[in-house]
Amino acid sequence: MLSRTAENLYWLARYVERAEYLARTIDATLRVTALPAAYIGKTNEWDSALLTAGVAASFYQQYEEANEHNVVDYLSFSADNPSSIRNCIEAARLNSRSVRTALTSEMWDTINSAWIELQEVWSRGTSTREDLAKFLRFVQETSLRFDGSAYRTMLRNDAYWFSRMGLHLERADNTARILDVKYHVLLPEEEHVGGPLDFYQWTSILRSVSALTAYHWVYRETLKPWLIADLLILNDTLPRSLASCYGNLVRNLDQIGVAYGRQGPAQRHARGIRNRLEHSNMNDIFQHGVHEFIQEFISDNSRLGEIITKQYLI
Amino acid sequence: MAVAFDEMNIPGGDLRPAYQELARWLKETPPEALEYRRQEAELLFRRIGITFAVYGDSESTERLIPFDVIPRIMSGKEWSLLEKGLKQRVRALNMFLRDIYHGRDILRAEIVPADLIFQNPVFRPEMNGQQVPHDVYVHIAGIDIIRVDAEDFIVLEDNARTPSGVSYMLENREIMMRLFPDLFARHRVAPVERYPDELLSALRSVAPQSASGEPTVALLTPGVYNSAYYEHSFLADKLGIELVEGRDLIVKNNEVFMRTTEGVKRVDVIYRRVDDDYLDPLTFRPDSALGVPGLMSAYAAGNITLANAVGTGIADDKAIYSYMPEIVKFYLGEEPILKNVQTWRCREPKDLAYVLDNLNELVVKEVHGSGGYGMLIGPAATKATIEAFREKLKREPEGFIAQPTLALSTCPTCTASGLAPRHVDLRPFVLTGSKSTTIVPGGLTRVALKEGSLVVNSSQGGGTKDTWILDE
Repeated sequence: MLSRTAENLYWLARYVERAEYLARTIDATLRVTALPAAYIGKTNEWDSALLTAGVAASFYQQYEEANEHNVVDYLSFSADNPSSIRNCIEAARLNSRSVRTALTSEMWDTINSAWIELQEVWSRGTSTREDLAKFLRFVQETSLRFDGSAYRTMLRNDAYWFSRMGLHLERADNTARILDVKYHVLLPEEEHVGGPLDFYQWTSILRSVSALTAYHWVYRETLKPWLIADLLILNDTLPRSLASCYGNLVRNLDQIGVAYGRQGPAQRHARGIRNRLEHSNMNDIFQHGVHEFIQEFISDNSRLGEIITKQYLI
Repeated sequence: MAVAFDEMNIPGGDLRPAYQELARWLKETPPEALEYRRQEAELLFRRIGITFAVYGDSESTERLIPFDVIPRIMSGKEWSLLEKGLKQRVRALNMFLRDIYHGRDILRAEIVPADLIFQNPVFRPEMNGQQVPHDVYVHIAGIDIIRVDAEDFIVLEDNARTPSGVSYMLENREIMMRLFPDLFARHRVAPVERYPDELLSALRSVAPQSASGEPTVALLTPGVYNSAYYEHSFLADKLGIELVEGRDLIVKNNEVFMRTTEGVKRVDVIYRRVDDDYLDPLTFRPDSALGVPGLMSAYAAGNITLANAVGTGIADDKAIYSYMPEIVKFYLGEEPILKNVQTWRCREPKDLAYVLDNLNELVVKEVHGSGGYGMLIGPAATKATIEAFREKLKREPEGFIAQPTLALSTCPTCTASGLAPRHVDLRPFVLTGSKSTTIVPGGLTRVALKEGSLVVNSSQGGGTKDTWILDE
């Protein structure tokens, strides 16, 4: 297939995944900030939301204060924020238009109708909490529909694999970013100083990766920070965990390798990251520093993005 | 201006046979049902994303072309006459182009004045003596046809460069079949759906000799911001070929390749929807980012077929248009089946004098204009506009032609105040491959939605209709 087509499919999936992740983050932050101050301590959750979205620096160039109004506006509707939900959806539509021939009609319809529907939201904004909640739900549903139509209607060929690769790479990045911002509340009990206030932080983290129920099924335990870290990093049964994302990335890259009859640096690099995740346990990770581990992962993951681009997309 | 030819009603109250069933159906169908289906059609168009861009319109860059749900109907007999005429016309266009870029018999015979060719900006000296595969220049032609009476078909314009609109022909039919299955059941409408297959075989048939057994065809688009982008992606999809942009192609050793995820792959035929000027920055406009550097040298080396060929503009130029009847006779020795609109060539002093004297009755067109822009419609224009045109004409008479204001035929059309006649034209698409010329029965009917308006261009308030050829 054309390199440009592969590139568009890959980025299309990334944009949709990112839009969903932002919607989840805002959703989770709204819930935790709705609690009485006594339950969440002094941290500014809206500031964390900006950090996990990776846009704190550009935000403060425009705004003084990270409060609900400003952050929701910046993450959802801002035309200046290249990673706002709005710009993700616009970019997804533009990408879809340029690769229409590689999309199934169900996928195109999902993106195009969402785009049509949201034009009105862009011009009006959301005036009430209810409006906002509806909007956030709509964005998440669009991503689910897109994902579902890709899964159910695409031919299992390179177009599908490139699209999946974009999704898993973006997803791994998102999960890692939450961990990066929140790692301090996940440290083992003896090391951290948050106390019972952190319970709400933990639920909030799990909610933003839609893993709250999953946690209880997997561990049958009350919320424990190191188990949360274990779930998000190493448990490959959780679709948003780093381990699961890399299991999929390695698989997709292998499928491409087989179809093209050739492996390359992307396959090797992805396998390296997966092996490291497979052979780690939480004890070691904590011993060597969660923060370092996560930071290293984030840079390895973005390195894979660059390698894929070089090997296939240009 | 004469009374327009009504394609449905015969003066005196009878219906033309092709419309009888439609008239019965309309009588049984309440107006709300029509309106409901019109809205549904619009929703479908928007969801499928069948939009076009209007240049210089910042408000909404993507617009829908209004779709009128009342089909335009033609009998099979009318169609066979039209079909014969179209094939004849396109054969002549191809022979004319071959001659202009090779022997130039027609210039020596003084049928067409030489300066009209050589001083014409759309004449491409690069094509002199260049062999094109199977001598086909115009693989895809969109010939604009109008009717003024029951007998004749008149060519308004030959589009021999990159005619667009065929996606509407196909999508309009899809949508009509979805919305009006009952109406289809009562007619025998000739299908149009084999157009993509015929286009692909035509394109494959003209592959260069150096191509492999299964030639690779690609569609070259200027990109998502082009007004006809939807059509490009639609056709690439239906043909099952790659939709490429200039940056996807590279030329190596005079061969054209596309960049793929598995390395480069040779391309043999390019159905290009990029204008000549932008095709190759090394040959034409150096500032073009849409083209492929070196494409013309690969073309000259005979390693790639461009469809349509470079330089076909010289055949559909409005200044050449008026010579078409003579061109048909010259190459084919036949009487032209399709007529031309009477045309005054303002470059000729006698014609110019007549035009200047009758500006208020004539349509004056720029020789190189298109899309209905830069046109004077005398009877509808203000005094000031007419005077402004008079000045332009005197300054640069060779830039204009004039034609009588024609009463385009009318078809029943949905309007705010119920069904009413509106003016229409027709663009059938003629495909020429190495062995045969084919036309799917139908075409794109454009309709001027404003009462009395004669401008059917989509950029200026025109809509489209499904075109039915009855299979008898």
